Amino acid sequence: MNGEELTEQETALYDRQIRVWGVDAQRRLSKSHVFVSGLKGTAVEFCKNIVLAGVGSLTLNDDNPVTEEALSANFLIPFDENMGGGGSLAGLCCDCLKDFNPMVHVSVEKGDLSSFDVDFFQKFDVVVISCCSLAAKKSVNEKCRKLSKRVAFYTVDCRDSCGEIFVDLQKYAYAKKKADETVECQLQYSSFEEAIAIPWRSLPKRVSKLYFAMRVVERFEEVERRKPGETSIEDLPKVLKLRNELCLAHSLNESQIPDSLLERLVVSTKEFPPVSAVLGGILGQEVIKAISGKGDPLKNFFFFDAVDGKGLIEDISTS
Amino acid sequence: MASGQQLSAIKGAKVLMVGAGGIGCELLKTLALSGFHDIHIIDMDTIEVSNLNRQFLFRQSHVGQSKAKVARDAVLRFRPNISITPYHANVKDSSFNVDFFKQFSVVLNGLDNLDARRHVNRLCLAADVPLVESGTTGFLGQVTVHIKGQTECYECQPKPAPKTYPVCTITSTPSKMKGVVKDPDLLSIDHHGTGFVHCIVWAKDLLFAKLFGDKKQDNDLNVRSNDAATSSDHSEDIFEPKKDEDIQQYANRVYDHVFGHNIQTALSNEETWKNRNKPRPIYVKEVLSDEPIQQNGNAEKSLVNDNLSSLSAMTYLGLKNPQDIWSLKENTRVFFAALKLFFSKRQKEIGNLTFDKDDSLAVEFVTAAANIRAASFNIPLHSLFEAKGIAGNIVHAVATTNAIIAGLIVIEAIKSYLDVAMWTCRVTCYNISGMKWTSFSVAGTDGVGMTYCLEHPSRKMLLMPVEPFEPNESCYVCSETPLLLEVNTNRAKLRDLVEKVVTSKLGMSLPLITHGSSLLYEVGDDLEEDEVANYAANLEKVLSELPYAITGGTIITVEDLQQELVCNINIKHREEFDEEKEPDGMVLHGWTPAPATEKNEDATDNNNGASTSSAAKPAADVMEADDELSIIEPGIETISAGGKKRKLSDVPNSEAPLDEKRAKKIPEKPESDGDVIVMLDDGNDDIRDSSTVV
Repeated sequence: MNGEELTEQETALYDRQIRVWGVDAQRRLSKSHVFVSGLKGTAVEFCKNIVLAGVGSLTLNDDNPVTEEALSANFLIPFDENMGGGGSLAGLCCDCLKDFNPMVHVSVEKGDLSSFDVDFFQKFDVVVISCCSLAAKKSVNEKCRKLSKRVAFYTVDCRDSCGEIFVDLQKYAYAKKKADETVECQLQYSSFEEAIAIPWRSLPKRVSKLYFAMRVVERFEEVERRKPGETSIEDLPKVLKLRNELCLAHSLNESQIPDSLLERLVVSTKEFPPVSAVLGGILGQEVIKAISGKGDPLKNFFFFDAVDGKGLIEDISTS
Repeated sequence: MASGQQLSAIKGAKVLMVGAGGIGCELLKTLALSGFHDIHIIDMDTIEVSNLNRQFLFRQSHVGQSKAKVARDAVLRFRPNISITPYHANVKDSSFNVDFFKQFSVVLNGLDNLDARRHVNRLCLAADVPLVESGTTGFLGQVTVHIKGQTECYECQPKPAPKTYPVCTITSTPSKMKGVVKDPDLLSIDHHGTGFVHCIVWAKDLLFAKLFGDKKQDNDLNVRSNDAATSSDHSEDIFEPKKDEDIQQYANRVYDHVFGHNIQTALSNEETWKNRNKPRPIYVKEVLSDEPIQQNGNAEKSLVNDNLSSLSAMTYLGLKNPQDIWSLKENTRVFFAALKLFFSKRQKEIGNLTFDKDDSLAVEFVTAAANIRAASFNIPLHSLFEAKGIAGNIVHAVATTNAIIAGLIVIEAIKSYLDVAMWTCRVTCYNISGMKWTSFSVAGTDGVGMTYCLEHPSRKMLLMPVEPFEPNESCYVCSETPLLLEVNTNRAKLRDLVEKVVTSKLGMSLPLITHGSSLLYEVGDDLEEDEVANYAANLEKVLSELPYAITGGTIITVEDLQQELVCNINIKHREEFDEEKEPDGMVLHGWTPAPATEKNEDATDNNNGASTSSAAKPAADVMEADDELSIIEPGIETISAGGKKRKLSDVPNSEAPLDEKRAKKIPEKPESDGDVIVMLDDGNDDIRDSSTVV
């Protein structure tokens, strides 16, 4: 963007939010570059939020063609009998997002997520991936960590009325207000791989059951070579068996991962739109915090379940 | 969760959304995606540029169009097969009556003001339809569910009107205010101490109103010197342009009078300045000493081609960045330029203008005048951007919070309407715990009542579900408990009762007042001429001289036929009222019967009574509004503060049952409100104090 001052147009458009986070934060936002892969309902919610907030650029990645299911959860794509005329999800979302805020540069990056090398991620300040395999999560996270600059890494997933966000800001320093003083705070994040490798029994008591349940399902999809969300009621016996094995290995009581919860995650894999809205909002908020350097960032997992209504932060890190 | 059965139940639901603003856009989108097929949406507003950063269904090209209609069209683009019925109208219109409300499965509020919220609450009670209420400000948000007979209604807990500034304090001493600046560098725009807030109120509600507004309105702009009678006599015409003077001469005279003479006069009251810093009088000649004062004529030429809507003193003076803080000299120039533009280009409007945050010339004038006054009182000056925020009570709004809240509203709507077997828990109220950016809520323009999140018991909980409260048995809205009004029945007129109690406090729009079986007053379209004349005559009568006299011991009934709300008011005669603390000349009791709360209530009434333009508007709320916000939303604080104690399972160290605590809480509310100067920030202080009490 142009130099140090916001333009008159920016000041007018962003008036209400500048009153929330200040001119500096707005300036930093407008110079930031965000990458998003996996454009289902939750990621799309996030994209909307971040484009409205006024990031510098947003790069979209999802080569999947538009299907009826994708359409049903996506408010970016105008209804079309022809299913978007064969265009990719990313392409169609891009058209609409551009329209949301002409000041944000929205573009499409074609290709499989796993095909992007370390250098590719150099261009970005924030990388968000959604609905992807365990392997992809680990590998993209590691690529981001190999770069000399800090790239904030996030995953977001929504199954049924449950959701999970993971955050890796590596080594993150920010200013925090305490009483009347400003204190420098520093946080050390674990990578996704490190975090999920922590033995379950050494986690604090009362960690959200969703954390464990998501790991079981994620693991199931990996060993069965399924695409994310490609599960059904027929899989439940196998999933429960896997749960039992994992619990045994981790010395965790099986009741910590209730059958009913696993059943919900395995059976209805569709994203529940209100939960997508909540997750997309919280993720948007977190990305704005990380870019602006203002506010306590979330460390390092967030869970939401519409059934009990709780939105919980869990710190599952090696340090 | 979405089994076939549940989906078809969602499909069959008929939903009313009130408000198509920040929350409304998100809500409409999420409802449509979630499978709702029949959505009605009411919003009287049109789209503005500053909406576009979060009201994502709207584009630049839609500015000026109906929010409800544009929102409908935008959602139908991706969900063409559902029915969305827009109403570009005020929810208080009589067509939206109880029968209208009865057709809905659930009502969802995304409103921006207290007045409309109360109205919808009453209609939902009357129609027995569940209401999901919501609000956001900055990163904070809340969702509450109200079901008649099962949970408290929106009005079960007091909702104080916006805090206003008693005129006497605005006129004389802005520096008396305690400077509450809580987080100076987290957010630079919140630097303004409250001293500057008073300068803004002075510039907006007194000076602007005096020069450009209704001349007949009482306005205490002049400082009373010790011999008040004489000074107010001759100052009456100060603000009237004289026949033989040009605009610049007039402007100079006004400037010298309000910034020079008035301060000089105030200084003569030595008692006032014993414990305060003395202000300094400011005169045009001193500020603009090095340049000839522009004569009428020069300015006119360069302004000829400007069209009315873009008239701007800044443009004229070549000032560009609204974030800049102008010097005293620049403020003085803006003051003159704006005043001259008003008198030369907008002459016709003079006498009828009220301050509007979207009127850039008005904002420029108020910014300049407030800054000059601030300079006089040695208060730091502020940028136009900041001044506009304070003067316009602009709400802090971001898309993300609205999106989250809209998601939670839909979840609650489904729970309150559907018997979703898997969702065994009851309806829930939510608090977004500030995304941990808690300090934002102390932003100076509003006393947003949600700082309790600082003391959040569990740092882990970002979205905190809270079980709803039981109805308040003494709520005058959802129970039949009578109110008590102390009033001098030999002095107060029926008009006072109608304006100060029935419309402003009880929030009735079509009131009907009866004494026994006799009608004293009624509003409606279908009245006979003689009835209208009769009621008009009654309005001007003193209570004790009405055809059916209202005296001590009388019980009157006040009802609103549209809201189907009936209240009984016991009248208690009282001779004397404290002019400063009880400027209404009457005190309404009724929130809680406990005598200990009286003081607190007096204070609330007091605030209510002071006349400023913000009080004249519908009492605005904290919430995403679009914009017109003000002040404190204690409903939020109460529910949440109590809730965190109540949700035992989540709060390891909660000690006492809620009811006991809540009962204690209200009386213990600090009495700082009783102070003559009412601080915007008091709202926060209250919250803070009470959360430690609760």
